[in-house]
Amino acid sequence: MSNQPVLNVDSLKTYFYLDQDQVAKAVDDISFSIYPGETVALVGESGSGKSITALSIMQLINKPGRIINGTILMNDTELLKLSAKKMTKIRGNDIAMIFQEPMTALNPVYTIGNQITEMLRKHKNLSKSEARIKAVELLKTVGIPRAEEVIDEYPHQLSGGMRQRIMIAMAISCDPTLLIADEPTTALDVTIQAQILDLMAEMKEKFQMALLLITHDLGVVSEYADRVMVMYGGQIVEQAPTKKLLRDTKHPYTKGLLDSLPNLDEEVDRLGAIKGAVPPAHDFPSGCRFSTRCPFVMDKCTQSNPELQELEKDHFVRCHLYDNGGDTLD
Amino acid sequence: MTNVEKSIVEEVKKEEITKDVLVDVQNVKKYFPIKGGILKRTVGHLKAVDDVSFQIHKGETLGIVGESGSGKSTLGRVMLRLLDPTDGTINFNDVDISQLKKKEMNEYRKDMQIVFQDPFASLNSKMSVGELIEEPLLVQTSLSRSERQQKAAEMIEKVGLRRSDLQKYPHEFSGGQRQRISIARALVLEPKFVICDEPVSALDVSIQAQVLNLMKDLQDDLGLTYLFIAHDLSVVKHISDRVAVMYLGRIAEIAPKKELYNNPLHPYTKGLLSSIPVIDTEEGGEKQRERVKLTGDLPSPANPPSGCTFRTRCPLAHDRCITERPELVEKEDGHFVACHLYTS
Repeated sequence: MSNQPVLNVDSLKTYFYLDQDQVAKAVDDISFSIYPGETVALVGESGSGKSITALSIMQLINKPGRIINGTILMNDTELLKLSAKKMTKIRGNDIAMIFQEPMTALNPVYTIGNQITEMLRKHKNLSKSEARIKAVELLKTVGIPRAEEVIDEYPHQLSGGMRQRIMIAMAISCDPTLLIADEPTTALDVTIQAQILDLMAEMKEKFQMALLLITHDLGVVSEYADRVMVMYGGQIVEQAPTKKLLRDTKHPYTKGLLDSLPNLDEEVDRLGAIKGAVPPAHDFPSGCRFSTRCPFVMDKCTQSNPELQELEKDHFVRCHLYDNGGDTLD
Repeated sequence: MTNVEKSIVEEVKKEEITKDVLVDVQNVKKYFPIKGGILKRTVGHLKAVDDVSFQIHKGETLGIVGESGSGKSTLGRVMLRLLDPTDGTINFNDVDISQLKKKEMNEYRKDMQIVFQDPFASLNSKMSVGELIEEPLLVQTSLSRSERQQKAAEMIEKVGLRRSDLQKYPHEFSGGQRQRISIARALVLEPKFVICDEPVSALDVSIQAQVLNLMKDLQDDLGLTYLFIAHDLSVVKHISDRVAVMYLGRIAEIAPKKELYNNPLHPYTKGLLSSIPVIDTEEGGEKQRERVKLTGDLPSPANPPSGCTFRTRCPLAHDRCITERPELVEKEDGHFVACHLYTS
């Protein structure tokens, strides 16, 4: 891994200005870097801000949302300062994105070939016939059987797993340096999920991409990610290399997430559920945003929001329990 | 309780379970006709459920797992007669309900309820929570208005919500709370048997755990019998006593859960289990797991492969699998598998 990050996000804030002067702080002061060849997982429940983080990087935020602060550096280019036209060039070329539901991401009235060649012709300036040859090649790369026939088929003729393979083919078609995958396998069955995740890992190796993997599944994180960022209430609450985070969990929220998963190896009578629900982004509690659900809540948690601090090398946590150094959770 | 007492209690419980069969499904089939041509004649059948037999004992939870298109939801709907079976018998409390007329069936409906996957779609947004929970009582019983309200109030507290929530409307609740309302609605008639069709798959993990815990508590309190349909194998393992694995409308394997998860026999079950990403905290290598990677997709149930329907994805398929359909046979005590590897 080189020391120059592919992507550097600093103090990013994306707010949504709702009716009645409410402000939803969907992403609230997030900073992180992704290095070449690295898989970073962004984990959190619905409403934690993980997808908005990804969309902010792509600058696909629509009204009433607005990126109000921060810098997003990609190989020394400041993305937030680019014109809309230049950003369009970056999207697809340098950063590609895969979404959760391949059926809604693909256009149902165009053939697969149409949609892939459109990209290749736009971004790579290939001729029609060159683009078609390249498209077939791409379909083969992502393991689609009968690629020559599939290229003339429509999205509805394919299964969910095949559609997601098409999305991956489109994503890698312009050799991006960063691939953002937003819950890429959530809509798929487990056996297909395994195939798609393995394919993504393989493509990452082959094309030397960095991968930002957005997921809620800690099992997926454990098997595929190098580093993890756990999001809650629009902020990163814990960040560490995967093994470290799973073994030496610091934040009560991360601990709660791990305990609420039914485990295949262990038999427990009751799952350790986290009480309550994720607060809406326009109505976070004062102080620590997890304080309303935290089993370790103290007085100061309701008064001030803790800072993200580096407890050990590469292990960051946002929690008042560790204000004086502090030990492992138990 | 001491360990000895505990084991006696468990043994007694086991015996009770083996004695009392609540639901007995025999050779149930559900075929949907496929219409084609300008005359809309039936040109074939989609065999959603194809010759399935099993029993569920009183107080037990039977889990059914399978990928989308395996027929698990159709099976649940057929068992409640929300769909009519094409063939086979469904005995509920020793009464065959598979051929009952609509009116006759109504009598049994209050004993059999269902909780659906999507708590956003399954609750009428124009009814208050109170009305939603009272509705089954209005249809099925002759209780007075105040008695119904009383019952709804008791029920809402049982599922962990407040009495004041009865006046609210579904949109005021989160997904997990809505699923609690769906559960209250299903249980207010005091059913014996509840089919849970992917009840937690739309929920976040922390909320999923709350709902699973609630369902376990209610089962203990009310002596419920569950059929728990889900695609998530770890969730099914957590809640079930026995688990059946379905593939293309058939049962591939059925066994007590420990047996199924520790000693899977069918190559499909092995593939399913090893596809689940697991949390591994050990430094260095992967946890020692038998890796069976399944290739390809589930074939269309309208045009299933001959012989063993799993053979197109099976790493161990041989000639016999093409021609002959494997029957479900008992390999070990209570452990049934439908695979030619285990028939001589």
